[in-house]
Amino acid sequence: MSGVEETLNESVDIKEDKEFDVEAEDHIGDDYFVDPTRYLFYRDRKEWADLEPVPQDDGPNPVVKIAYSEKFSDVYDYFRALLKNDERSDRAFALTAEAIELNAANYTVWHYRRVLLQALSKDLREEMRYITAIIEEQPKNYQVWHHRRMVVEWLNDPSEELEFIADILSQDAKNYHAWQHRQWVIQEYKLWDNELKFVENLLEDDVRNNSAWNQRHFVISHTTGFSDPAIVEREIQYCLSQIRKAPHNESAWNYLKGMLQDRGLSSPPGLLERVLELKETHCSPYLLAFLFDCYEDALENSNQKENVGEEERKDILRKALEICDLLANEKDTIRKEYWLFLGRSLENKSGSRGPSDKPPEPSDPASGQQEMS
Amino acid sequence: MWQRDGGQLFKKNFFFSFCVKRAVLRCLFVHFLLHSSYQLFVINPSFLCFRPALLREQHYQYLKKGLRHLSDAYECLDASRPWLCFWILHSLELLEEPIPTAVASDVCQFLARCQSPTGGFAGGPGQHAHLAPTYAAVNALCIIGTEEAYNVINREKLLDFLWSVKQPDGSFVMHVGGEVDVRSAYCAASVASLTNILTPKLFEDTTNWILSCQNWEGGLSGVPGLEAHGGYTFCGTAALVILGKEHMLDLKALLRWVVSRQMRFEGGFQGRCNKLVDGCYSFWQAGLLPLLHRALFKEGESELSRQRWMFEQQALQEYILLCCQNPAGGLLDKPGKSRDFYHTCYCLSGLSIAQHFGNMDLHHEMILGKEENRLAPTHPVYNICPEKVSQALQHFHRLVIPVFLDSNY
Repeated sequence: MSGVEETLNESVDIKEDKEFDVEAEDHIGDDYFVDPTRYLFYRDRKEWADLEPVPQDDGPNPVVKIAYSEKFSDVYDYFRALLKNDERSDRAFALTAEAIELNAANYTVWHYRRVLLQALSKDLREEMRYITAIIEEQPKNYQVWHHRRMVVEWLNDPSEELEFIADILSQDAKNYHAWQHRQWVIQEYKLWDNELKFVENLLEDDVRNNSAWNQRHFVISHTTGFSDPAIVEREIQYCLSQIRKAPHNESAWNYLKGMLQDRGLSSPPGLLERVLELKETHCSPYLLAFLFDCYEDALENSNQKENVGEEERKDILRKALEICDLLANEKDTIRKEYWLFLGRSLENKSGSRGPSDKPPEPSDPASGQQEMS
Repeated sequence: MWQRDGGQLFKKNFFFSFCVKRAVLRCLFVHFLLHSSYQLFVINPSFLCFRPALLREQHYQYLKKGLRHLSDAYECLDASRPWLCFWILHSLELLEEPIPTAVASDVCQFLARCQSPTGGFAGGPGQHAHLAPTYAAVNALCIIGTEEAYNVINREKLLDFLWSVKQPDGSFVMHVGGEVDVRSAYCAASVASLTNILTPKLFEDTTNWILSCQNWEGGLSGVPGLEAHGGYTFCGTAALVILGKEHMLDLKALLRWVVSRQMRFEGGFQGRCNKLVDGCYSFWQAGLLPLLHRALFKEGESELSRQRWMFEQQALQEYILLCCQNPAGGLLDKPGKSRDFYHTCYCLSGLSIAQHFGNMDLHHEMILGKEENRLAPTHPVYNICPEKVSQALQHFHRLVIPVFLDSNY
């Protein structure tokens, strides 16, 4: 009630000030109670008088007790009341928007809003406009994106999605929720056609955008695939050209490796040579790691091939171990422990010693867990 | 840097001054690069001294207060209150600060109010059950570890809840009518294994679904197709460890991906390739190394180190101690950001991982700075102290696995 008391005092002051003001009477008609711009707690709204608010049951000795604002408590006391009665009304629907504004992460409120959307046959186009606005304000929240997905599914209309997501990505090109929603839309509604171009534009803006590189992989693997040698060659060219522009861009190197690893890094002809060429002018720890991977792959495959002689194998092993040393001690020292391990492991696998015997398998996972304690 | 190996202490002096220089350079780099307040150095000269200090007392006061009262800034976490309990209790246990019995009991009673009548725990009293606060509540109760705490959990109903969120393709939604991602599998596997309600049928096809989240980068994404991400990679990997199926991952590719997430200048970890460092990844990312170490060992890998994880433990400790502490207590993402209980929990958890190598049989400590910086070890699967894991497993494995009545669904 304090809000009302304040206004009474104010109007008294104004009256006093303007006691002799000819136009004072003009203000008498101002009724603060019906001023639609002034916030009124739900407990003070006559349209809600029939509902008994439900205070939060934190118990007698609360922990992690949040000092909610009065507005927050009021709205949620009424939300709890609606939930308790499972009220399905327009006033309930309106209140969910207020509750969401106060805490957009309250998944119980979102769920309830969805129940109401269906029970009251609300206009889903309007809901799209609503959720668009909310996501623009709070793009890093799980619930808002999930809600949008539900509405799109109910409408069975993805027509606004790619543009909307592009707008969100223009503000944060790596928003994980946005990419998740985008992949869902594209896959569900088969909207593959323009996505590679979209990715290329993003990579033009920022060649280091790993989310865009991932999307590139996503589009290609779900459309042409990576089996066609022409596609692979095109992608290799693309990677190498990006690497020339930005040699220390880990994403491009990871993409190159990631694309080739299943079929073997030594499979594209001439790739090793092209990388060795780049080594002279565009060296980086990533290039060296890629070389190591090529050598390791060559050693692994040479086990099957008859034409790789013992001398050649020894030479490849030597080069691989040299790179490990270089990385561990000079070029990538933050990963020293890892490179040393890789070197030992490779030497053990391919050296004159055979692989060591496996330790006995533990009998069940539970005992393994206790091992870790 | 103090190294303890079977009881002997070795102080490496020259290493100190080298460390100081590199550590200071590291912190300066992070500070200026991010235009953050280098006033931090002025306020707290210990950042420049060659034995960085963990601000134990300040963190303790921050945590002790938060366990009772939080400002309205926490309204945005009103649907995550069991998380607040877990983050704070776990931080206190890492700091080896005891929880007074009355407080522990109050937490139990509060979490009991967060438990849903249909099973599982919600973000607050009266809300719907959700796998994330369920994970947090069970962990918090296991940290408390009293009979009262264990008895809060209604195991039969918890099993009902897990079945209610299980999907035909092996994944789990986070809550009824909610979204799917790999966090849910971890939350489900964690609570099911700790409370002994796990059956193979419950996780049928879950293994394959998680495996489908490993991508071309070597890490795991939230759902198949997305970018590899530290939080989701931890969840997927830890879930597979619980299910005994971690060997089905491409461990080598995963190892390469995670070690590459350590930033060579900052020393901390990034969540995704080409993104910025963040203190919380000290746990989500670095915590993968103990899991992978064990997985590789089980696969017969003979060349694993017997002293160190495969990340730069000292550099991570430097990043956390020099760049992630608020002088008034609490830890944070990176210089210039505000403190919060989530970052306090995960920075400290990561610090613990970086300090402790090994398990019960083989233990090697590397404490940067004062000996007093030492935290309790944490279990890399559950992220509560290992003794609390054993104690909970012991308690719940004496109980019968509840039978799930299919007719309910």
